[in-house]
Amino acid sequence: MKNAITDSLIITKRQLLQLARVPEVLIFSTIQPVMFVLLFRFVFGGSISTGQPGGYVQLLMPGIFVQTVAFTLAATASGLAEDMKKGLIDRFRSLPIARSALVVGRTLGDSLLNILVLVVMAAAGFAVGWRPTASVLSVFSAFVFLLLFGYALSWTGIYAGLAVKDARTVQNVSFLITFPMTFLSNAFAPTTGMPKALQYVAEWNPVSTMVAACRQLFGLQNQFGATANSFPSQHPLTTSIFYMLLIMMIFVPLSVRKYKNSSN
Amino acid sequence: MKSIIAQNLVKTYRSGEVKALDDLSLDVEEGTVLSVLGPNGAGKTTTVRILATLLKPDSGSATVSGIDVIKHPDKVRELIGLSGQYAAVDETLTGWDNLVMFGRLYHLGKAASIKRAEDLLERFSLTDSARRPIKTYSGGMRRRLDLAASLIVQPKVLFLDEPTTGLDPRGRQEMWEVIQELVKGGVTLLLTTQYLEEADQLADEIAVIDHGKVIARGTSDALKKQVGGERLEITVENSDIAKAQEIIARISGTATHTDVRTISAPVTTGSIALMDALRALDEAKIHPLDIGLKRPSLDDVFLSLTGHVAEEEVKA
Repeated sequence: MKNAITDSLIITKRQLLQLARVPEVLIFSTIQPVMFVLLFRFVFGGSISTGQPGGYVQLLMPGIFVQTVAFTLAATASGLAEDMKKGLIDRFRSLPIARSALVVGRTLGDSLLNILVLVVMAAAGFAVGWRPTASVLSVFSAFVFLLLFGYALSWTGIYAGLAVKDARTVQNVSFLITFPMTFLSNAFAPTTGMPKALQYVAEWNPVSTMVAACRQLFGLQNQFGATANSFPSQHPLTTSIFYMLLIMMIFVPLSVRKYKNSSN
Repeated sequence: MKSIIAQNLVKTYRSGEVKALDDLSLDVEEGTVLSVLGPNGAGKTTTVRILATLLKPDSGSATVSGIDVIKHPDKVRELIGLSGQYAAVDETLTGWDNLVMFGRLYHLGKAASIKRAEDLLERFSLTDSARRPIKTYSGGMRRRLDLAASLIVQPKVLFLDEPTTGLDPRGRQEMWEVIQELVKGGVTLLLTTQYLEEADQLADEIAVIDHGKVIARGTSDALKKQVGGERLEITVENSDIAKAQEIIARISGTATHTDVRTISAPVTTGSIALMDALRALDEAKIHPLDIGLKRPSLDDVFLSLTGHVAEEEVKA
């Protein structure tokens, strides 16, 4: 067990080293969310009326935080697919290390990357007028919550990477899933403007429940688009926790099994 | 003592469609080199993957240093080194990063991992490029680093799966030297190759495999003898072919084989037959363009065993 943890941490360290050796990756993975913050703030901010003191950016930031952690699963998936393809996985599997180390290590590494990206985004948000009104503890717990969500989602990335085995393909596939998921939600615009059927989808979407939960934790009253009577919009925190557990319960065993049996 | 024993291994891929291993058995004496020689798709990589605990056979058994690879893969992993067909190292990291990381994953501890990495880089002449990302390495350097990574814990048994495939002649030569050095150190080596010359150069024994079965094994010399002894071979001008055929037939005492202007026939008396032939040709006023005794090459061995040429399949 002790070895399993150290082994995982060595794999995590490898990922950090990769970032140090190719700093471009780090720069681009932080530029993109910052760009989204600025674009949404200044392009949509003026035309979406929120009735929210402090304006659109208060609602936007939680949305972009959730979108960004959701997008990292593509990086998890493509990184792992790359290792599979190059035979690196074979080397790891021939070492006397815990079988789980490679995947656990990677999910931890991606969480560390998420921490950094969230900090940079929060700073960018602050610069353009984002001011959470809740207590420090509540704001802090929102970030912890975001990290946990990112961690749970990275297991879907692990599974996708192991299943698809081609970095570019899996990146495209992940994008095709996460992009509509983050937009078919309350993250950027009220769901009330959507066709009725889509409203239900959007409200049960884990992205929406996460965004609503974060808004709550950041101290917002108006949860932006919730039609108020559905369960997820009334209990966004509980629903989000349920989703995270569900994702982990499905994808952790699936990924571990896939990894053990992965023999090309 | 046998370091590696594989018995009756069977492995089928894609629910029975492709039979990769079909009752394959082999063994390697401790401290020796066995070369598993065969064309692409013969089952070489599958054999290595099973022995290196990466793959489970459908049936059959295998032991490495007396430990069952199916029942105790963890114990086997502590004893073996594996270097595959593709350089399995992290390309964004430097050579130094990679070796230190693998050292840590073998639980060497930080200081020991660094020491070991530096020793290996030195030994494989990679010290100057140690701090460069692997991406910038040549094919030969990558393979050497990959090999270094498989030697971190001084494995008792080493598996090299086509260690020189895709390398240029110089890279291949360098790799051979490195492998020969290793073998002197007493490691038991199972090496797969599709190059007959490589097996000839490096192996104590050769197991020829085709369609998932061992079809012949023995030393390079023994395999060559199996095909036949020496042949007298002579090339002459077109006008002299008929006469030369007569002479060669008389000396060898058997039928000759003619390929364009080259006439050959098996001989048992070696250089005496060669001198007899030269004398007879001289008397007949025939000046051969080329004459010599040819020992069968491993190519001949392969051809006679499998009915097809190894290199052809390589290109396919």
